[in-house]
Amino acid sequence: MVNENLVKDVVKEPYKYGFVTDIETEKIAKGLNEDIIRLISQKKEEPKYLLDFRLKAFNKWQKMKEPDWAGLGYKQIDYQDIIYYSAPKQKEKISSLDEVDPKLLETFDKLGIPLTEQKKLTNVAVDAVFDSVSIATTFREELAEHGVIFCSISEAVKNHSDLIEKYLGTVVPASDNYFAALNSAVFSDGSFVYIPKGVTCPMDLSSYFRINSGDSGQFERTLIIAEESSSVSYLEGCTAPMFDTNTLHAAVVELIALDDASIKYSTVQNWYAGDEEGIGGIFNFVTKRGKCLGKRSKISWSQVETGSAITWKYPSCLLLGEESIGEFYSVALTNNLQQADTGTKMIHIGPKTKSTIVSKGISAGNSINSYRGLVKMGTKAKGSRNYSQCDSMLIGDQASANTFPYIKSQQPNSEIEHEASTCRISEDQLFYLQSRGIEFEEAVSMMVSGFCRDVFNQLPMEFAAEADKLLALKLEGSVG
Amino acid sequence: MQSKMKESEPILEVENLSASTDNLPILKGVSLTVYPGEIHAIMGRNGCGKSTLSKIIAGHPSYNITNGDIKFLGENINSLEPEERAQSGIFLGFQYPIEIPGVSNLEFLRVSTNARRKFLNKEELDTFDFEELVKEKLEIVKMDHAFLSRSVNQGFSGGEKKRNEILQMALLEPKIAILDETDSGLDIDALRIVASGIKKISNAQTGIILITHYQRLLDEIEPNYVHVMSDGQIIKTGESDLALELEKKGYEWTDNFIKET
Repeated sequence: MVNENLVKDVVKEPYKYGFVTDIETEKIAKGLNEDIIRLISQKKEEPKYLLDFRLKAFNKWQKMKEPDWAGLGYKQIDYQDIIYYSAPKQKEKISSLDEVDPKLLETFDKLGIPLTEQKKLTNVAVDAVFDSVSIATTFREELAEHGVIFCSISEAVKNHSDLIEKYLGTVVPASDNYFAALNSAVFSDGSFVYIPKGVTCPMDLSSYFRINSGDSGQFERTLIIAEESSSVSYLEGCTAPMFDTNTLHAAVVELIALDDASIKYSTVQNWYAGDEEGIGGIFNFVTKRGKCLGKRSKISWSQVETGSAITWKYPSCLLLGEESIGEFYSVALTNNLQQADTGTKMIHIGPKTKSTIVSKGISAGNSINSYRGLVKMGTKAKGSRNYSQCDSMLIGDQASANTFPYIKSQQPNSEIEHEASTCRISEDQLFYLQSRGIEFEEAVSMMVSGFCRDVFNQLPMEFAAEADKLLALKLEGSVG
Repeated sequence: MQSKMKESEPILEVENLSASTDNLPILKGVSLTVYPGEIHAIMGRNGCGKSTLSKIIAGHPSYNITNGDIKFLGENINSLEPEERAQSGIFLGFQYPIEIPGVSNLEFLRVSTNARRKFLNKEELDTFDFEELVKEKLEIVKMDHAFLSRSVNQGFSGGEKKRNEILQMALLEPKIAILDETDSGLDIDALRIVASGIKKISNAQTGIILITHYQRLLDEIEPNYVHVMSDGQIIKTGESDLALELEKKGYEWTDNFIKET
């Protein structure tokens, strides 16, 4: 097509989060064995139950096989060639943000997440995680006034050990799957949120995950507990520098909602995706799951997945409580040689439970984009309903899109509805917009955001605008 | 009247234009010059190349110009992108306006209007100012405000789509508008609305090319020139009475014309 040259020019648009922060770090030796796990646990001054949790997980992991059912193509990961703990060197005890290394503050500034008192975002509390450790959490005092706990999981282990011991691993058991077991053995840091009974969290909570080291993996662990009649909206963002090696990211997120509680969990994932030839990029193997334990509880996942060389991720809901609700809204965009296998599992266990799935996959370049989802109605899920809608958009003629919906019902008095569609941006649509003076690239991004509208509407305001821009940026140069 | 017009510079000059798609020649030497204030009608059988001519002037990527030139305000535009042509004031009213799911009509109109305004060094309009402008233009085509919140052309009736085209023309204020069968699929009332809209938008500085099969549009908007196309060429050019004659005698009558050079 005529625009090929234009396309080539713009595709060179660099990944703007690809910089590396030059900072002295404390890294442990490469490799994975019991001693490494003991060392991580010791560094974090963990209680015995947690070390046992890790060792048990490691034991299980050793007996497990890396899953291959997603049919993803990648070079075998050498788990002994990864550093499992890497932290920027700083003072032992930091009592305020002023003591945080300016280089770290500057890094987050550059990422658009200012942390200092003067500049911090006014409507969102942020937990900033750099490689294996949490650097800072803003608005802690303000949140504490409402009884909300928002801190790094390492701190929670120290200060709220009862909650950790009670809930950690109850949604995603250590032996759940290969990557969850690995995470359970070596997890470093992540966020912890506790919303007490009856409290509506006064502001959005947000974690920002930054991978800086090229040779260390990131294994964060997030745990969110919403007590009876409480609610919270949580946002998660991620970026990483450009390295020509692959970095492993295997996270576990667990959400627990009790009676009438609601958790909204939104992700904008923009890990480095590798270059046009598929060199480098993050391997993103993530287990996210929420448990609607209480009656009328609600867990809503929304995700915009644009980065990573490989994405393997199925944010799911276990709907136990009567009339509980699970939602999954997803936009997954792949370009060049990216591979994404993402979707959700909605497991209806309690009666009158309800779930909604809206998935929009956009594949450009030579990428492969698959939706994989399971809807299951258990024997007691009488009167439960699911609605799924999976749409794919193909850009160019080398990309592929797949949909793998698995449906299992053991309950005749339940309803499952599934709709799917595939479309392509047509030359006529592009010409129509161009003939109205709209630039080629803008025309493409207008159509793509139009395609994603249903999902963007679910994102918190600031996130929706960011997602829109991110998609446009990612797509530049993908049509031609 | 004509000689007075010709004192000014032409808006559009199509010179001996030949074009093909997939190596299939569609246009075989078309020449056409439009001066400010002029209305030209192009008539001819389906497949004679009328729509192709309009798409090529607008820059459709599926066609290759094999010979000849298109000049807009004296500049050769053969190699300009469609958006550059649109920004500089060429407007194509589509025979079949395209549906674009998910993209709001209002946003589409605003982005498009601002692209043109930017070219004209006019201030770009924010959502509020644009609302004001579009409200005024909606009057011209008697469209309801509700059309703005729907997706571009999606689920619009044939007549609504055509009125949406004229609304775009009203917002973009082009130097030249090529309207490809804007009258097809319209009932009498809608035709009047569209025709009066076109008249309101055009002025002594603009040129209009009407591609049509029917006299009824030309009853509403009287052309200065009527061109008859056949097999990729203009085979006859006359004044408005030519259209009337064509209406009476049908295209068979034109089969006997020898190309007038």
